Amino acid sequence: MSDGQSPSIMIVLIEDEPQIRRFVRSALEAEQYQVMDVETGKQGLIEVGTRRPDLIIIDLGLPDLDGIEVIRDIRSWSNLPILILSARINEAEKVKALDAGADDYLSKPFGMPELLARVRAVLRRSARTHTHDAAVVSFGGVEMNFLQRMVTKNGVTVHLTAIEYRLLAQLVANAGRVMTHRVLLRDVWGPNHSDSTHYLRVYMSNLRRKLEDDPNVPKHILTESGVGYRLVLS
Amino acid sequence: MTNAMTSPRLIQNATLDQREAMAKRKQRGKLKIFFGAYPGAGKTYAMLIAAQVLHTQGMDVVVGVVETHGRSETTALLQRLNAIPRQQIEYQGELLEEFDLDAALRRKPQLILVDELAHSNAPGLRHSKRWQDIDELLATGIDVLTTVNVQHVESLNDVVKKITGMRVSERIPDHVIDQADEMVLVDLPPEELLQRLREGKVHIARQPEREMECFFCKGHLMALRELALRRTADRVDADVRIWRQEQSVTTVWSIREAVLVCVGSGPDSERLVRRAARRANQTGAPWHAIAIETPAMLRLPEAVQTHILSILKLAKKLGAQTAHLSGQDAVEVAIAYAREYNLGTLLVGRDRYRRLPWQHGFAEKLGRLAPDLELLQVAREGDDRKSSTSTLISIPRGATKWHPYLLAFLSVALVTVGSAPLHAVLDLANIVMIFLLVVVFTAVRFGRGAAILAAFLSVAAFDFFFVPPRFTFVVHDVQYLVTFTVMLIVALVVGQLTAGLRFQASTACKREQRMHALYEMSRDLSSALNIKQIVYICQRFIKRGFNASVAVFVAGAEERLMLAEGSAILDATDYKTAQWSFDQGQNAGLGTDTLTAAHALYVPLKAPTRMCGVLALVPDEWTWELPPEQQQLLDTSATLIAIALERVHYVILAQDAQVNMEAERLRNSLLSAISHDLRTPLTVITGLVDAMRIATPLLSEPHIGLIAAIQDEVSRTINMVNNLLDMARMQMGNIVLKPGWQTLEEVIGLSMRNCASVLKRHNVRIDLPADLPLLELDTGLMERVINNLLENAAKHTPVGSLITISACLKGEFVQIAVSDNGPGVPPGMEQKLFEKFVRGKMESSVVGFGLGLAIVRSIVEVHAGSVWVENAPEGGARFIILLPVGNPPVIPEEL
Repeated sequence: MSDGQSPSIMIVLIEDEPQIRRFVRSALEAEQYQVMDVETGKQGLIEVGTRRPDLIIIDLGLPDLDGIEVIRDIRSWSNLPILILSARINEAEKVKALDAGADDYLSKPFGMPELLARVRAVLRRSARTHTHDAAVVSFGGVEMNFLQRMVTKNGVTVHLTAIEYRLLAQLVANAGRVMTHRVLLRDVWGPNHSDSTHYLRVYMSNLRRKLEDDPNVPKHILTESGVGYRLVLS
Repeated sequence: MTNAMTSPRLIQNATLDQREAMAKRKQRGKLKIFFGAYPGAGKTYAMLIAAQVLHTQGMDVVVGVVETHGRSETTALLQRLNAIPRQQIEYQGELLEEFDLDAALRRKPQLILVDELAHSNAPGLRHSKRWQDIDELLATGIDVLTTVNVQHVESLNDVVKKITGMRVSERIPDHVIDQADEMVLVDLPPEELLQRLREGKVHIARQPEREMECFFCKGHLMALRELALRRTADRVDADVRIWRQEQSVTTVWSIREAVLVCVGSGPDSERLVRRAARRANQTGAPWHAIAIETPAMLRLPEAVQTHILSILKLAKKLGAQTAHLSGQDAVEVAIAYAREYNLGTLLVGRDRYRRLPWQHGFAEKLGRLAPDLELLQVAREGDDRKSSTSTLISIPRGATKWHPYLLAFLSVALVTVGSAPLHAVLDLANIVMIFLLVVVFTAVRFGRGAAILAAFLSVAAFDFFFVPPRFTFVVHDVQYLVTFTVMLIVALVVGQLTAGLRFQASTACKREQRMHALYEMSRDLSSALNIKQIVYICQRFIKRGFNASVAVFVAGAEERLMLAEGSAILDATDYKTAQWSFDQGQNAGLGTDTLTAAHALYVPLKAPTRMCGVLALVPDEWTWELPPEQQQLLDTSATLIAIALERVHYVILAQDAQVNMEAERLRNSLLSAISHDLRTPLTVITGLVDAMRIATPLLSEPHIGLIAAIQDEVSRTINMVNNLLDMARMQMGNIVLKPGWQTLEEVIGLSMRNCASVLKRHNVRIDLPADLPLLELDTGLMERVINNLLENAAKHTPVGSLITISACLKGEFVQIAVSDNGPGVPPGMEQKLFEKFVRGKMESSVVGFGLGLAIVRSIVEVHAGSVWVENAPEGGARFIILLPVGNPPVIPEEL
């Protein structure tokens, strides 16, 4: 599975449950990542500050500090990718953490393949932010040309309204990443609409109808229950 | 005067009032009045024609009550409209037919015809006057057509009496006419009416023959017609003015026109009030009427005081803002009031002749003290030099008490006898002093009348028994005449002053008592912590202050009244009247205009934010008339009680909220602790199993099979734990919905993704119409519903079965169906399946607690929907969910 990752990639894992820490660590190490695991938020902050890792994995339910506090702290000085682990029940917490600047999340219980896939995606994205964005992005038969402001599906031009286009552009620009309702509303509709989630739902449904093969079982424009949306390119 | 400064504010207020009035009028029904000069002008006919037109236009028109007076054209018109049957009321052995208000309210037509606006209802009906019935109809949004003749208008009553000599008892307040949305004059020249009368086309049977002849003479008719035309013109004028005000904001409110009337005990007060009403109507300015309670006024007999009050009531009916004030000097109070309310014109009666040269009339004094106010003196009716207040209203004289006079007489006699032996010892001047002392004593103890008697008796006794020659009234020395005169004057003045002082002291004492009682109650109320205490305080206060028992009703759920905790049930009270008083926010029952036959007085308890309940007072004696100060006291105490009730109400609400919050917090922390403790090991197991799978060296084939089995079981356990926790959360009650407007498509898409592994060996077809409205859902919960239904279908159908999810709009609901082509539901189990721990087949290899469907039902029910299962005719089970559509928000269409 390891596709030639250099062994220098370092991950800080902040998790209070020793068993979880253990298997996450062993799974990551099996993938040739270097893992530094800590038990508390304070320790985590120290590790992150001294070691400058490539990725931080943090559990939201920590005994000493609130996970969200830790994220805010890190975000105040760094753009390091952050992946959160949280229980299924705390959707509001998840959204808060994402709005605070976390990059992605995983709900417990999660499977190893899922974890590794997320880690790879987040790392890939953080590497790409330094390069230029592509002018043409394609997924599932859809081709989006930013230069010509044109979208085609299986070679046929799709007519998108101005809002639909902006929305799709936002999703594509953050492909693979979960976008919270609030962020999407703010970026597409402006700051006054942060509570009009139903706008977003209706426009998402329109986009799916125009772009997905089966809008009822979307493959690319995915809903993240209670959190937001994610565009999956592959 | 600060006229220039205050008038802009007044203008603003006026427009605000107008806006408020308009907002109110929008919900209220419209009132259209067919106005005529005399009976037989054809008002009813005109009204029916108008109704007929609206009826053919498709409006829901109903006849409430229409008097045909046997006219055939009218009867013919009437037959084409639906009518509400009248109710039969038995009154003094006679069967009266009356308008059935409740039936009309139940029927709730768009428009109702109610003839004869001025009609007085039979005793025992809810309202004493028909215009009150109509008011209630309008308040519920029903439009009303009605008719009225000019002689019934309250403010014109005295003019009509002057013209025809007939006093009309059925009168309607002017505001009823002024507030009508439309007024139509139905005119018929007097000649034609007389012609029709002679031909027998018009038949008037309600008045005695002689009066009729007098009423229907041509002169009277012409005068009445003029009056009706003028009244209509005034109204049209007012409409034009209002229209102009609405069109341009710059119109200046002529505040100088605002009128103040002072109501006194004089005989022309009533005329004064009517005159003011007419003047205010013509100019459209507001007007106020005040009565001033001075010490002199308090000495007047009670009958005069109630008369003043009734005139104040009349003024209120005529549209005035009224006030009952008190002060030492009526003139000063009146001027202060006029300045406070910015009233530029004072309307007073002409001063009566002066009894003494230094006495000034009310008007004269007003003119002297407030030269900046306009003063309008209204002409007196006839010469009332001789008429005093007593001729206007008969005062019961029997009430005079004799014993103070007898005691005064005895005191003087005693002193005479007592000082007789001192005659030789004392100077006559000192004997005079003793007599003066007696007069002062009498004034203090027995009041004004007794003091006067004592003064005269003293002088007489002094003359008879002490002044030589004794035992005769003859006086030899002329000097003694001076003594007598001075003695009499001093005795009278001292007696008057003392008696006046005593009277003022006693009124002050009474007022102080009232204040004290009120103060005590408000103090007690402010420390009351629950309704029971408030009821107790209220009972004690009302018993002491009003000599009445009281029942307290408080508002319960849906604005229904119920007896307050700790309040006794009184036989004389009834819920219906109390509820009416509550709904309308008006006093009802004993001593009011509404439901006068009731045995109790109902006072609504109005608090600043809401109506709290109703106070029902049952007097201990049947003759029960509340004097004005008592009425005021009752109003004030009702407000105090209402505020206390409201406070307690909010205290209870706050406590409940606190308890709920605490419980919620406890529940959540408990649940999250449990879910954390249960899920963490499961997460660890999943992770460890995964780790084993990818660990190097790789495991052998049979081990991988074992690991896969472990993984399957763990994921099933995770599912069951989720279900259990969800159920527990719902069982604990108070699932807090986090609803949002959501597309069904998205919820189903989510569930499809969640159930992908469960459904991998089934075929799923999704069939959603594109135009489905948004639904107000808690996405997370509704996702569980679809998850559970899909899992259920997958579990109970063979591999390769087809599962269909479909939805459609059914009226006010959206119907979602999850159906399969499996074996279906065992007959008789359709309902039971949704209960907890119930499964279709008890002994089955399918794992689960039977919680899934119970969760489905709980969630659907908190969404105000319903769910059931049926066997489809083509085979297989079909789960159907109905969810209300509600009012989906409109998403602006994008171009």
